[in-house]
Amino acid sequence: MAEIIQEEKGKDGKKKTKKHPPHIDMTPMVDLMCLLIVFFMLTTAFNKAKIMEIVLPEKLKDPNQEAPKISASRTQNIILGPENKIFYYPGTVKEENFDNLPPLRETDFSATGVRQILLGWNRTLFKKIDDFNQQVIKGEIVISQDSVQGAIRKLKNDDDTGPIVLIKAYKEANYGNFVDILDEMNICGVAHYMFVDIAWYEDDMVEAAAGISSTAESSSN
Amino acid sequence: MPKIKLPTKSPRIDMTPMVDLFSVVLIFLMLTTTMRQPEPATVDTPFSISEKPTPDFNMMTFLISNDGKVFMNFDNGPDTLLQYRPKILQDMGNRYGIEFTPEELRTFEKYKSSLGVPIMQMKEFLNAKNSKARDELQVGIPLDSADNQLGMWILYARQENPNIQACLKGDAKAEFSVVKKVLDILQERNVNRFNLITSLEAAKINLEEIQQ
Repeated sequence: MAEIIQEEKGKDGKKKTKKHPPHIDMTPMVDLMCLLIVFFMLTTAFNKAKIMEIVLPEKLKDPNQEAPKISASRTQNIILGPENKIFYYPGTVKEENFDNLPPLRETDFSATGVRQILLGWNRTLFKKIDDFNQQVIKGEIVISQDSVQGAIRKLKNDDDTGPIVLIKAYKEANYGNFVDILDEMNICGVAHYMFVDIAWYEDDMVEAAAGISSTAESSSN
Repeated sequence: MPKIKLPTKSPRIDMTPMVDLFSVVLIFLMLTTTMRQPEPATVDTPFSISEKPTPDFNMMTFLISNDGKVFMNFDNGPDTLLQYRPKILQDMGNRYGIEFTPEELRTFEKYKSSLGVPIMQMKEFLNAKNSKARDELQVGIPLDSADNQLGMWILYARQENPNIQACLKGDAKAEFSVVKKVLDILQERNVNRFNLITSLEAAKINLEEIQQ
């Protein structure tokens, strides 16, 4: 593409360039700019990372202090297991039932797995939130955009039928599972969920359910 | 019939408008860009539906890599408003009996990326000539109970800037036990509110599906 300036020899043998209107060859400049643009496009972080807020329950500093009581009939336990498995069981395990632990049921992170289960537990509230959103979209409820979130939060706070989900992580779970399950809680509009430490008998239950043989004997004790 | 012979001339495209256009694009990109900081470890953040953007300042980020190393960063670079980065390092130095020179403090203030250096190697790290020597010192911040330097960093960061928020940037494949350790250390320092850094992913539920 570059131009070649033709040269002519003058009468006296002197080199003399042919006269033509001054013309600057832009091609190298274009090349350079292409490079710079590509560089900037690759290094630019166009979409900033998003954050998801989570509040963990405060650690009990005083050993005599008791953990807050929650209704066992609404409690659902979700345990993040190894290999992206999820285990769940309802209610709580009382001390006298340690010999007779409830069976764990297994599911996965797909839209037909844990999401259906959560929606099943949380149908009333989810429907309420969804109806509210629909009404806002259709204009049946006139509300400013800013207070929509507040109103949904109020719906969640007032909810007294949905589950109280306790999320626990077995030691072989990974961080992605943890974020995924919290995300599922947000997707399904679960009002009350909490991340808590796993109890020893739940460790045993997971090991029994997942068929981890090395510690399987301890679960029979 | 004699053919009309056009004068053969090498085709020449006028590049000037192209240059104009490129200049505009380039200037736009240069003005809007926020450089993606190179992290000491590649981290694939998990996805979530959260749409809240990350704050620009008043945050301490804990980077948890795939292989269980923990790095940390304050305000993600030198663009901090309160200029508290060197103060934190000075406090750490006092705690562990290391004297940092003003030059070292300045290097620390300007250092853009996350740090995963034990405090004993910090001097060496800050005086390192090139980034290769630095990378070798990035072994992760010690956080076991015998030598809980991460807890100390958190303590001093919160002393220097009480409004600081904790952000957690973990690799989706990182073991949860490491993340749990970091969360526990934060909770020991009475930090109970966390921000998990995620990438956006849309999720949609059909109500009909669940009404079956």
